[in-house]
Amino acid sequence: MWDYTDKVRDYFFNPVNAGVLETANAVGEVGAISCGDALKLMMKVDPETEIIEAAKFQTFGCGSAIASSSALTEIILGKTLDEALKITNQDIADFLGGLPPEKMHCSVMGYEALQAAVADYRGEVWSDDHEEGALVCKCFGVDEGMIERAVRSNKLTTPEAVTNFTKAGGGCLTCFERIEGVLAKVNEEMVGEGLLSFDEAYRIGSVDPRSLKQKAKPKAAVGSTPVETAATETRKPVISLDALEKAAAATVVVGSAAEAALQPAIGLPRYTTVQKIKLIEEALEEIRPVLKKDGGDCELIDVDGANVIVKLSGACVGCQMASMTINGVQEKIVAKLGIPVRVVPVK
Amino acid sequence: MTVTPVYLDNNATTRCDAEVVEAMLPYFTEQFGNPSSMHAFGASVGGAVKAARASLMKLLGAEFDHEIIFTSGGTESDNMAILSALEAMPGRDEIITSAVEHPAVLSLCAHLEKTRDVKVHVIPVDGRGLLDIAAYRAALSEKTAVVSIMWANNETGTIFPVAELAELAKEVGALFHTDAVQAVGKIPLDLKSTQIDMLSLSGHKLHGPKGTGALYVKRGTRFRSLFKGGHQERGRRAGTENTPGIVGLGKAAELALIHMEDEVTRVAALRDRLEKGILQRIPNCFVTGNPAERLPNTANIAFEYIEGEGILLLMNREGIAASSGSACTSGSLEPSHVLRAMNIPYTAAHGAIRFSFSRDNTDADVERVLEVMPPIIEKLRALSPFWKGANEAPATFNPVYA
Repeated sequence: MWDYTDKVRDYFFNPVNAGVLETANAVGEVGAISCGDALKLMMKVDPETEIIEAAKFQTFGCGSAIASSSALTEIILGKTLDEALKITNQDIADFLGGLPPEKMHCSVMGYEALQAAVADYRGEVWSDDHEEGALVCKCFGVDEGMIERAVRSNKLTTPEAVTNFTKAGGGCLTCFERIEGVLAKVNEEMVGEGLLSFDEAYRIGSVDPRSLKQKAKPKAAVGSTPVETAATETRKPVISLDALEKAAAATVVVGSAAEAALQPAIGLPRYTTVQKIKLIEEALEEIRPVLKKDGGDCELIDVDGANVIVKLSGACVGCQMASMTINGVQEKIVAKLGIPVRVVPVK
Repeated sequence: MTVTPVYLDNNATTRCDAEVVEAMLPYFTEQFGNPSSMHAFGASVGGAVKAARASLMKLLGAEFDHEIIFTSGGTESDNMAILSALEAMPGRDEIITSAVEHPAVLSLCAHLEKTRDVKVHVIPVDGRGLLDIAAYRAALSEKTAVVSIMWANNETGTIFPVAELAELAKEVGALFHTDAVQAVGKIPLDLKSTQIDMLSLSGHKLHGPKGTGALYVKRGTRFRSLFKGGHQERGRRAGTENTPGIVGLGKAAELALIHMEDEVTRVAALRDRLEKGILQRIPNCFVTGNPAERLPNTANIAFEYIEGEGILLLMNREGIAASSGSACTSGSLEPSHVLRAMNIPYTAAHGAIRFSFSRDNTDADVERVLEVMPPIIEKLRALSPFWKGANEAPATFNPVYA
């Protein structure tokens, strides 16, 4: 049995706005080929204000598809079309208190029906560019299609990079070999198309998954989309992780004296504390929009030698990805400062 | 008021019979000996294992008790049979199976095809789930190592003519294996009168304990063990015997034989009454599979224009348990490969519900289901964009598929 939230159950057992809307002037009809579900969304839009005055649905699909459709009609009611278009499938899932990863496509179907209905109202043709494949990573609900697109558009050649871009494999890692398989397959195709050299292509077995367990740092946890992070991905870390470890360890033992001693030794830039804070704030400002996209935020509390004390807030609190987010923040600050720092979260 | 639960998902698993549990209990505690041991502790347990083997032999109509190898269940037995055949039949590297087999057979075949260069012939079925015999004959050859075709299908209950299929396999010298997990305990079997070489069964499908099963291997059949280790089961399945499980399986086999008459008469009548009642009360639904040749306990009914998970959730709220061929209940999102192989339209396959009875079910259960099904189906159809009304063609609805 699926692990549905009470809200999903409630919206399935007692769906609101089910049925035909006779006065509809915007209709979206979409389906998900992966499971055969289909949804018809009917809306009555005020031509003057473009406010959605009424919305009803009919759904051929499972419990969560019906619940997602019903939730969608509640969410969009009273919104203008432009406001409604900003609604994402995640909003629908969040409204329902979350959906099992295998069932996220039900919320996607709701999102698409809305896009199609608005296009219908505006006399536009809506075409869908969303593809799905078999679910690969169950921890984060990542399907094969998403991995393929990430690999292709960002020329990824390692399983670690796939995790960084898509989150796939950032959890239990039981899907490692499937990720590896998809990566090798797409890389091989890319070699065939001349997009990648033979030597660059990933070969199955060349990464030991045990070495990934601790290092996986989904950049997507910091929120950026694959395309946006393409540039940062190829950039080598300014400071090796080992150097960072040493610096941090030194800090623990003797505090900022060690940091002072360390800096000239390896020729790193020197900053005053105020300069440091300014740069760190800049780095945080750059990450903030992507954190906010996931409903979270990050605030600088203090700088103590090589330790940067931050406070995560919003959706980041209690998120199982929080430690990976911290890693992402740390990498960003290190890149900005060019000196090793350790980001320490406080509650 | 609390409703009495109605369990109609016996093809998924059955309640372990109280008598089975009672028979097993001493073998966890005082009768803990290893049947291989020389001393008295082992000897009495060895006797119980022997008795269990004899009960199972009787249920299957086997000729010898050493034809029974105890395993951990249907999946292990299926794997054991097919892998053994490939190893024991030199010069033969082809497998013949059907499109509607259990994943225990189909996934293994797909794996062998990919990793060991084995050629796999998957024989199609028709709209009623009947095997394409012409295609089967055509696939048989001197290259066939093993044929693996189920005795009865788990989703529709359709029974395959395995005795005849086995004879055809013999003509080319191939081994014949059948996954009889759904058939054993539900219909009378007499293996000694057939040419079937190997047969898989599972304990928990016949009111026995989970994690138990057996593989029947006809005397004289070439066999290679799957697990290497000790001499247990005459060296054919190494590992200390699961003695409480084996005793439980033996008891379950004994009880299945006693209740066989009930299964093929009263239980079949319950099933028929439910099926007829549903078809009378609810428009736009039909029985899938082959009603002329099927298990006495299984009914698979497709309700058009709605989806199975919704039906099951609403049934569950009424305390009724069944299962569905719908994509959305399977975890994988893949619609039932059995109904797809039968070419059932997806607007009906998604709404297919399997009701599977056992000797525990009563008339009251049938009454209860007949009472709650019509409003459930009506409620979901009211939500369906395809539904136009009883016996009407579906509404014009052509969604953009992603």
